[in-house]
Amino acid sequence: MKRVYVNEEWCLGCHLCEYNCAFANSGGSDMASALRGKPIFPRIHIEGDERVTYAVSCRHCDDPLCVKACIAGALSQGEDGVIRIEKTRCVGCFTCVLVCPYGALAPAEDGVMQKCELCLSNASGEPACVKGCPNRAIVYEER
Amino acid sequence: MENYVIIGNGTAAVSCIEGIRSLDTESPVTVISAEKYPAYCRPLISCALEGKADPGNMNQRPADFYEKNGCRVLFGTKAVGIDPDKKSVTLNEGACLPYTKLCVAAGSSPFVPPMAGLDTVARKFSFMTMDDMLALDAAVTENSRVLIVGAGLIGLKCAEGLAERAGSLTVCDLAPRILSSILDEEGAALMRARLEEHGISFLPGDTADRFEGNRAVMKSGKTMDFDILVLAVGVRANTALVKDIGGDVNRGIIVDRHMRTSVPDIYAAGDCAEGYDSSLGANRVLAILPNARLQGECAGINMAGGDRTFDNAVPLNAIGFFGLHCLTAGSAPEGCAVFEERGPGWMKKLWTKDGFLTGFALVGCEERAGIYTSLIRERIPLDTLDFGLLRHAATTAAFSREQRRRKFGGAV
Repeated sequence: MKRVYVNEEWCLGCHLCEYNCAFANSGGSDMASALRGKPIFPRIHIEGDERVTYAVSCRHCDDPLCVKACIAGALSQGEDGVIRIEKTRCVGCFTCVLVCPYGALAPAEDGVMQKCELCLSNASGEPACVKGCPNRAIVYEER
Repeated sequence: MENYVIIGNGTAAVSCIEGIRSLDTESPVTVISAEKYPAYCRPLISCALEGKADPGNMNQRPADFYEKNGCRVLFGTKAVGIDPDKKSVTLNEGACLPYTKLCVAAGSSPFVPPMAGLDTVARKFSFMTMDDMLALDAAVTENSRVLIVGAGLIGLKCAEGLAERAGSLTVCDLAPRILSSILDEEGAALMRARLEEHGISFLPGDTADRFEGNRAVMKSGKTMDFDILVLAVGVRANTALVKDIGGDVNRGIIVDRHMRTSVPDIYAAGDCAEGYDSSLGANRVLAILPNARLQGECAGINMAGGDRTFDNAVPLNAIGFFGLHCLTAGSAPEGCAVFEERGPGWMKKLWTKDGFLTGFALVGCEERAGIYTSLIRERIPLDTLDFGLLRHAATTAAFSREQRRRKFGGAV
């Protein structure tokens, strides 16, 4: 399946992916009104230090620990391999945060977990982080 | 052609079914379910009590799960015995169910220590099952004075579930601190403060000695009047079925790394099993949902002729009250080194031994905690990464470029 990958050699650490992610999942029609003056809760985040930066989002693992550990049956893996969260079932217990080896899950503003679902069901239709990456460090491809 | 029988219908059973069906889609599977419900998400019963989960939407799997997987489920039926020679399971109504491969996923039961006068208490509850929750739900009123015996995970989640619904809530426990199985005094004090902010009172180091109707006489001699009593002292693995036939049993049914018991063609998984804890280097019962899932899957695959090993089980607990979360994993073995950090309302403790992270406890600082868990489960040597950085923040930036390339550079 196609997944989001980050070439850390090319990542500028500009955080644009975080804004593009937050906007794509906001349901808003323009970025300024959707995000301006508010804290953002993106599903991708930049990690690193002065030596290296890179973006981290869900790896959509073949054998996902988060899905197995979810106490609420909120996380599931579709036949397309995409791991999705049913937000109405999530109780915000943080078990998925406790088991994800990549640190890819974090709560939304309301305390319910959220994660990258590859923008397949929002208006972007394909990963907004990839589309907006100015240095093409983030790619969406089969590996 | 096999004839699979699973005793139990919780998390381990569901995963056992899925494990079996990943290899064998033909042979019949029979599930013996003491409870009358399809497998539900047991930890959510406290959320249901609180009104944050809908009891009608707590199933682990879609409604057609058993049918799709060709399973016959005997709801409201108990297994009362196993005949390992004839290879059959005796049911409470007397019938015998033949098997070729059997999985005991019988879970655990509340442990109620002998307490004088318990039979004089009109409204007493355990808090393990959907029916326990529904009974408590029906009994509690806004005037109820609730006494919970046991300040562990079950007792406290019950307290949280009732906090906005009862007149008063008191939790007692013989241990000097709450959550004593997973937290030290400092961590427990943080969690306790949050619970107290929401009107829950504690009687640490004290417990009910005897009951006289609606009055508990405590070990300290104090008396506590109550309307509703919840007993959450602890749980015991349901081991009797295997113990009765001479199988190896300790605190749980002893399983190897393939989830086989000592009895041929009998497997065990979930809260009733005692398997290898890699953070401790010894066997122990890990009565937690992720472990039931992974053990059940492993058992199912091996029952169907596959070869699955599950050898990196570690304790994992994520528990939160009123927005303050506590995440713990692994163990603090004797002689371990401790790294700690703290601030207002939060603390972090990491335990290391022989160059490996063996466990941690985080209260109020949960960000990316799974990176720490991965160091324990995957036994990543700390000298291969920047532990100085990692101690302060759970980040894969502390990994070498090569380690990161393996984690992020391809399908995982």
